[in-house]
Amino acid sequence: MATLIESPLTRLTPEQLEQIGREFDAIHNEVKAELGDRDRLYITSMIQMHRRLVVLARVLLLASRHRPAWIAGTMTLSLAKILENMEIGHNVMHGQWDWMNDPYINSSTWDWDSASTPEAWKHSHNYVHHTYTNIRGKDRDLGYEIMRIDLHQKWNPVYLFQPFYDLVLAGFFEWGVAAHDLDFDAIKSGEKSKAEVRRQLKGMAGKARSQIVKDYVAWPLISGLAMAAVDLALETRDRGLVRTGSRAKLMRKVKGAVRRGPVKGALAAALEGGMRSFRSTQKANFTANIVRNVWAYAIIFCGHFPDQTYTFSQEEVADETKGGWYIRQLLGAANIEGSPLFHVISGNLGWQVEHHLFPDMPSTRYAEIAPRVREICERYELPYNTGPFSKQLGTVQRTILRLAFPGGKPRPKPGPYRGDDDSRSVAGGPAPVAAA
Amino acid sequence: MAERGARPKVPAWRLKLLRALRALFTPLLPDDYLELINPLWSTQELRGRIERIEHETRDAVTVVIKPGWEWPGHKPGQYLRVGMPVNGIHHWRAYSITSDPGRPDGCISITPKLVESGKVSPYLVRTARRGVIVRLGGVEGAFTLPDPLPAKLLFISAGSGITPIMSMLRSIDRGLGFTDAVHLHSARTTADVIFGAQLRDLDQRNPAFRLHEQLTGKSGRISPTDLDRLCPDWRERETFLSGPPDMLAAMTAHWKQQLGDYDRLHVEHFQPYLGEEEGQQGDGGTIRFCTSEVNAESDGSKPILAAGEEAGATLPFGCRMGICHTCVGRLRAGKIRDLRTGEVHGQDGEMVRTCINAPEGAVEIEL
Repeated sequence: MATLIESPLTRLTPEQLEQIGREFDAIHNEVKAELGDRDRLYITSMIQMHRRLVVLARVLLLASRHRPAWIAGTMTLSLAKILENMEIGHNVMHGQWDWMNDPYINSSTWDWDSASTPEAWKHSHNYVHHTYTNIRGKDRDLGYEIMRIDLHQKWNPVYLFQPFYDLVLAGFFEWGVAAHDLDFDAIKSGEKSKAEVRRQLKGMAGKARSQIVKDYVAWPLISGLAMAAVDLALETRDRGLVRTGSRAKLMRKVKGAVRRGPVKGALAAALEGGMRSFRSTQKANFTANIVRNVWAYAIIFCGHFPDQTYTFSQEEVADETKGGWYIRQLLGAANIEGSPLFHVISGNLGWQVEHHLFPDMPSTRYAEIAPRVREICERYELPYNTGPFSKQLGTVQRTILRLAFPGGKPRPKPGPYRGDDDSRSVAGGPAPVAAA
Repeated sequence: MAERGARPKVPAWRLKLLRALRALFTPLLPDDYLELINPLWSTQELRGRIERIEHETRDAVTVVIKPGWEWPGHKPGQYLRVGMPVNGIHHWRAYSITSDPGRPDGCISITPKLVESGKVSPYLVRTARRGVIVRLGGVEGAFTLPDPLPAKLLFISAGSGITPIMSMLRSIDRGLGFTDAVHLHSARTTADVIFGAQLRDLDQRNPAFRLHEQLTGKSGRISPTDLDRLCPDWRERETFLSGPPDMLAAMTAHWKQQLGDYDRLHVEHFQPYLGEEEGQQGDGGTIRFCTSEVNAESDGSKPILAAGEEAGATLPFGCRMGICHTCVGRLRAGKIRDLRTGEVHGQDGEMVRTCINAPEGAVEIEL
């Protein structure tokens, strides 16, 4: 389908593009030369914090059958999983910390608590998505091949269900991403060999198995056993099985009691208590995985699908220069405004524009370079896509609902960035060009 | 992949236990959590904690390191690879171990001398403090005392070349004792003699150990022609030589000329050993780093790694002296020259070390 919206890319001269390319390169090189102890301290502290949170959460969840412990434990575990996936896993696997030459914090050795194997994810995300960002037909993250998220996508009755499976995807996002990594189109077209698909499926199965064993068997079992032991101790005391006296005397008493029943009763009570803990820890872990998935989904869908962003046809980006690549990243991504804490727990993906310009720059630096990126936008009269979380997520959901049905009109795009005041809103933007 | 420390010697039961607990922590390891309590407990790699930093001279310090696990041992004279972050970036360097293997506290020591233009030695000499955790890599080196120990020994050292020899002297002193040893050491001034006090003490305590300190500020470095005067029976001695490259070259030439062979001369080639003859250096060439999409150039003396880094590529590196194989990349096309030997080599598809090879013409490498 022909391009429905002229992007600002078309009005920049080759000289301007080259100059913009040089300016962005300069930011990248300056930051790279500056990286040092401060940055290393940040990521090592973040990794330590994640591990401490996990320990705290697992300990709290030993007592998961008590409501306050369940709530505190689930919240802590959710937060830990979010940090692990986003600020740590995503960014380390982007190679943002490879400059440290640390053998453990390195994109080639890192693994994460997610359904995707690092290898598959690095290919589909780092390579395919970050190289072909928002190019229709090439960026497989544009609607993830199951959604109509862009007006240029041809409607299909399946899309009528997309508001529904959008919700399912949110809850089970990591599994969706893992399946997406398989690249069904490539399998269908035979581009991907059967052996390769088998190998990838095996990798996924391994990741699934380890998450299931860890969150739904091993930790629930530990909390079940621990609580059963506590119950047994309490029951034996309450039923008067333990009194002062010698060990031999106690054993005689216990043997007698088994025959009479109180020990059987205590064991039954302990078993029941243990089972209850097993199930409540399972539920807590399941909830934490869902919370992590929904959060990751929300942040990631705000990266490229808000109204402000542009998509590109393959013709538009043929013979693209480095400068053109930068502009495409700038126009194809959208930021989320938020507090420093918000940025940490969203893996600094609220700085999606900066992240797409410099995917291998340590995430902590995005906030620092943002003013320089905005300054370039202002000078070249380019938009700088950003907005509050509710607005970004709202426009994404509106699009998902609207494009479930045929047709649809282009959404208005923001005009050039005009400095840090309120004039960057939609008003004043160029009117969308109607479809031919 | 970046270089890691050596695998520590860990009791088997402990490894089994950790393996059994893996399912609870995957994809991390139980080690990753134990490290929160003590980073030395990692069973993934051997680490050590700096226990003490002793000033030897105004620009050399002895760093005493307590390994996290039982020290696997070394032969006196060998060197150790030590890794640590300096301003955020992990560096590995090889240092001679200056302690002897029999040290009762289980510690080891290295004695770096400040190289003003370097990265690691300024950190160790000026910044590092007690409690810093370092990674400990492999122990290597063939510059060691023969077994059994020869009766007559000669040690010739200059500057920081003393470091591997100090481990030898300490080991002999603690073990069998000296039968007949002469040590000729050159340093600028008395205050510049690394281990000066200990060497002099050794000399006083042992009639069978004779130390000659040559102060180069006054009388120049020991040269081959001094040998007949300072140690007339040098030809009969098993000799251990460690110092700057030009001293090594002069002494080896002298041995060859006087004795016809180097059989009884042991030389520490601590620096990457560039061939003796001139004209071995190539004319260099261009390098294409296919993965990073960076082009670089070398004049023939600059290794592929250094050329790539200057051109802005982020490349894996470790020792930068051809030991650790961290920097390897697949050679896609072209020939390269080994800067240590001058040998031109390289098959298409071969894994080559970028730190000690320079291009010989145009090369392409998958990095």
